[in-house]
Amino acid sequence: MNSPQLSSLYQQLILEHYRNPRNKEELDAKTVEIHMANPVCGDEIRLQLRIEGDHIAEAKFVGSGCSISQAAVSMMTTRLQGAKLVDADALAKRFTEMMHGDEIAAQDKSLGDLRALEGVSKFPVRIKCALLGFDALQEALKKEVGDVGGELH
Amino acid sequence: MTAAMYDPVRIRKDFPTLEQTVNGKPLVYLDNAATSQKPQAVLDAIDAYYQRDNANVHRGIHELSRRATLAYEEARGKVAGWIHAPDESEIIWTRGTTEAINLVAIGWGLDNLSEGDEILISVLEHHANIVPWQILAARTKATLRYLELDEQGRLVLDDLESVLTDRTRVVAISHVSNSLGTINPVKEITRAAHAVGAIVLVDGAQGAVHTRVDVQDLGCDFYAFSGHKLCGPTGIGVLWGRKDLLEAMSPVQGGGEMIHIVGRDESSWAAVPQKFEAGTPNIAGAIGLGAAVDYLSQIGIENIEAHEKEIMAYAMGRLSEVPGIRIYGPTSLEERSAVISFTLGDAHPHDISTILDMDGVAVRAGHHCAQLVMKHFGVSATARASFYLYTTKEDVDRLVDGLGQVTAIFG
Ligand SMILES: Cc1ncc(COP(=O)(O)O)c(C=O)c1O
Repeated sequence: MNSPQLSSLYQQLILEHYRNPRNKEELDAKTVEIHMANPVCGDEIRLQLRIEGDHIAEAKFVGSGCSISQAAVSMMTTRLQGAKLVDADALAKRFTEMMHGDEIAAQDKSLGDLRALEGVSKFPVRIKCALLGFDALQEALKKEVGDVGGELH
Repeated sequence: MTAAMYDPVRIRKDFPTLEQTVNGKPLVYLDNAATSQKPQAVLDAIDAYYQRDNANVHRGIHELSRRATLAYEEARGKVAGWIHAPDESEIIWTRGTTEAINLVAIGWGLDNLSEGDEILISVLEHHANIVPWQILAARTKATLRYLELDEQGRLVLDDLESVLTDRTRVVAISHVSNSLGTINPVKEITRAAHAVGAIVLVDGAQGAVHTRVDVQDLGCDFYAFSGHKLCGPTGIGVLWGRKDLLEAMSPVQGGGEMIHIVGRDESSWAAVPQKFEAGTPNIAGAIGLGAAVDYLSQIGIENIEAHEKEIMAYAMGRLSEVPGIRIYGPTSLEERSAVISFTLGDAHPHDISTILDMDGVAVRAGHHCAQLVMKHFGVSATARASFYLYTTKEDVDRLVDGLGQVTAIFG
């Protein structure tokens, strides 16, 4: 690989998650499911969560798409197992900030492995791919918060 | 120009957009099925209209209006010549192929279809030649039927006689597929459709670009295409229709230009084609498309077609050597036009496109507005390289080199 931009986009961690996605299976006990697709390119996921009270007990996904979209969802789900709803929401917002080029967000260690996706922010047409899973997560939280009476606020 | 003189490197120089670097590399533009680049002659014609002749058409006695009307109507004649229409008044300006197909689906379909009638299209179609018919079917309670594809993405025509019934009213089929490049035997299909009394619309968005079109020889009833894939500007396209059908059809939009006499309660219509051209048209677009047709005619569609065949043979040869590649569509070069859809190992088409783009090579990744084709092959997307008159063998080499990078990353 001779382009530094490409090396930063396709980090080993991303390719590894693309090849061996985590938590990629149907979640029978789901309490909420969000279908999110990117009609421009056909990336598509169904994010499935089992929410118990104020936290996500389990998170899984199914779908197909490019390495960026699939790796991002895979990494995201590893962070969601047992996560508090407020923390999941904060993670989604922080990640979105990083994708939109916010350098402080990109330095935020709380993003953990997800920082490997920072290179995507330099490829404007691919940002939507990286955000697919987090958009689904935010959608799911919105739906749930409605149900549980605005617990996040 | 004779075939022996054909020089894509010289032709390239006519296209200002091709003379640039992208991500530090000279641009290799292989997304021609989506839209073509524009030669200087087209840009000049549009510029000249706005700089010198700008006026509304068919509405003024003054000099500028006379000039604008003349250039606009001359363009209609040129476009008629491009597809060998017998009469230039059969050329209706539209925004593009999509609008042309919708015009027929609504303008002809609503008045001529009723419950139980059948519309026949194919799995190979662009969404522009599927969705308008779905809408028409829903509104008239007609049935939408499909010609299927074989494993090479060719229409299955063995049972054409049984798919066509005495209820088939319209057959709408692409001349050339944008997703696979399949060339369809529209002449044979037209003959069979006419035998059961159906009319035939040909989606020529890719056909009028890559091959000589003679609507009289094809025998079809409507032929639709877009200017922007044919070296012309966006926002201008053509519906050609048989005069008697056009005359019998109701207008789809009302307004200025399309009327004869307007009364308080009703109006009478202008003659074809103005009946279908309500409102101020895309004058610059029509003039630009006329200039594109002039430009292409000078080079000669037969020469362009021969050049594309040579590029295709070279590209199919080189690409088939790439380890892990899967090429979709007909294997015979006789059955396909200048499009190669492919996937490469585990790499998703978006990733292929991003990696190639970093190398200055523009290809399309996605479903190419042909989700039924993707489904047929069990994929959600492909990468697509599509060629045109200015594509060189070096462009193909750059594509193949770029695919090496994809393999280096995705293994
Ligand atoms: C086969 C085919 N049909 C229809 C269309 C629609 O053309 P337009 O978007 O110019 O209306 C296209 C181009 O995208 C095409 O390739």
